[in-house]
Amino acid sequence: MEQPRSAPPLGTLLDDARDRDWYIDQFFRLLMFLCGISAVVFVLGIFIFVFKEGSGFIIQQMDWAEFFLSPKWRPTSAIRATYGTLAMVAGTAAVTLIAMAVALPLSFAAAIFIAEFARGRMREWLKVIIELLAAIPSVVWGFIGLMLINPLLIDTFDVPIGLNVLNAGLILGLMAAPIITSIAEDALKAVPDTYREAAEALGASKWQVVYKVVLPAAKNGLLSAALLGIGRAFGETMAVLMASGHALTIPSSPFDSIRALTATIAAELGETPVGSDHYQALFAIGIFLFTITFLINMSADFIVRGIKNQ
Amino acid sequence: MTPSQPLDWSLFRAEAINRQNDRLQHLFMILFALMALLLVIPVVMIVIILLQKGWSALSWEFLTTFPSNGMTEGGIFPALLGTIWLVAISLLASVPLGVAAAIYLSEYARQEHWLTRVINLATINLAGVPSIVHALFGLGAFVAFFRLGTSILAASLTLAVMTLPVVIVSSWESLQAVPQAFREACWNMGATRWQTIRHVVLPNALTGILTGIILQVSRAAGETAPIMFTGAAFFLPYLPSGVMDQTMALALHLFTISTQVPDVPEEIPFAVALVLFALVLLINAGAIALRMHLRSKKKW
Repeated sequence: MEQPRSAPPLGTLLDDARDRDWYIDQFFRLLMFLCGISAVVFVLGIFIFVFKEGSGFIIQQMDWAEFFLSPKWRPTSAIRATYGTLAMVAGTAAVTLIAMAVALPLSFAAAIFIAEFARGRMREWLKVIIELLAAIPSVVWGFIGLMLINPLLIDTFDVPIGLNVLNAGLILGLMAAPIITSIAEDALKAVPDTYREAAEALGASKWQVVYKVVLPAAKNGLLSAALLGIGRAFGETMAVLMASGHALTIPSSPFDSIRALTATIAAELGETPVGSDHYQALFAIGIFLFTITFLINMSADFIVRGIKNQ
Repeated sequence: MTPSQPLDWSLFRAEAINRQNDRLQHLFMILFALMALLLVIPVVMIVIILLQKGWSALSWEFLTTFPSNGMTEGGIFPALLGTIWLVAISLLASVPLGVAAAIYLSEYARQEHWLTRVINLATINLAGVPSIVHALFGLGAFVAFFRLGTSILAASLTLAVMTLPVVIVSSWESLQAVPQAFREACWNMGATRWQTIRHVVLPNALTGILTGIILQVSRAAGETAPIMFTGAAFFLPYLPSGVMDQTMALALHLFTISTQVPDVPEEIPFAVALVLFALVLLINAGAIALRMHLRSKKKW
């Protein structure tokens, strides 16, 4: 057996504490920290830069009542330009509503199936396919809405145009579903197995366990999944631009064409002179969008935090 | 039980209830499976239809020639190349930054510290910002303020900011998956924190980080809104010669020829959609295969 080496005297160890490696370590600690706060810098940056471009309009020109309560968005009117977003807000809300009506039942069911019932290979495959659904680019979705769902809706419901709330809602629902599914599945998995075992020991069937134990325990996580899905549908741009018809109306039926907040920016920004009122008004819409998604994301996080603190 | 005693069947009633429960359970399971299937069907249908309608226009020539005759004929070469440019440069920016941020969050930051909480909230919010707002940011910051103009560089940086949270979150997960004991063993050998990260944590997390990056690539390739006003052009008759030039991009090209240009033969946009989808799908399939392979080889 080898002789145990005697430890060096403590003094020599401490003397060497600030060697080259120590400085390298400190350098990287600082570098990693600087990169670590980059996300904060960018969120602030987004707010500052978008606000900076739109601030002149918001502070001097904008009529708050008109901006939020008037449905008339006529930025290029020669007589009097009006900047009302109500119709767009209503349109965006209608599309989001349909999207959630499509996405929530499907993705919660899929999440429950994946987390509680499916096993082994089937489960892996389902997850893979749902991830592929998430991988389809939004412009391809928009194209599908334009070329496939549009004629389908015209034929099925006998309406003059298939680019409407229903079309965009269906697409956004399918786009939001994978995200909702994966967050909901995480929420279901976070419920401790001891809950399930206790319920099963009391004689509950698998379904009773899911319905009476797992779902109530995961309800905050499911709610936040739904909120993040809403945020995603709300902020989607290209698909809505291509599939919603882009008509400035307050929708009264799913077959009305609408125009979304995001789509308005995408469609008009390229044609407006930099710095004009119209240009700045589009940035004001951007701030409005940023604020709403910020609030949605914060409340989703707050709800999830709620469970952990209980 | 003695044979003379008659069997008390009530003892087995519990089992009958269970059987009823079983039937109900099967019913619910089938219902859920069907609803999950409703998410699978669109993917399959979309793939089939894109293949069916776009396949005829697809050829080597389609991938390697310029669009011609007002984009109603010809190929998609500059758009394909542009997308590769944009994705590559955005990766150069977002990967080092995102991985370093993940290293900070996973290896240095104290979990209960307020700053860590703020960073996490910022990451969540950055991921939730609508893509068109990213476009406004890119226009205000990179194009105007930093004077990059509408260029590949400005568009790539906009894409990089947009995909940063994905890199951070997926890299963080891979770093967290490295067992704490590995780090402790290394510290006990007298290694500094950075030496531990460099030689123990990163090598063990590398493949997981790679998977996250691949998934991010696919996302960046499909984005349209952030590059529309920051560096991608509807049509250019030449290839970009450097990062300060504008470029065409596949996603924007699909948008253009399917909404802005009249009289494009139907199979061309379908073929472009097919190429874009196939590109994203291939990258994704690669990441998923890599992840499955890793899971099967996991040592701890």
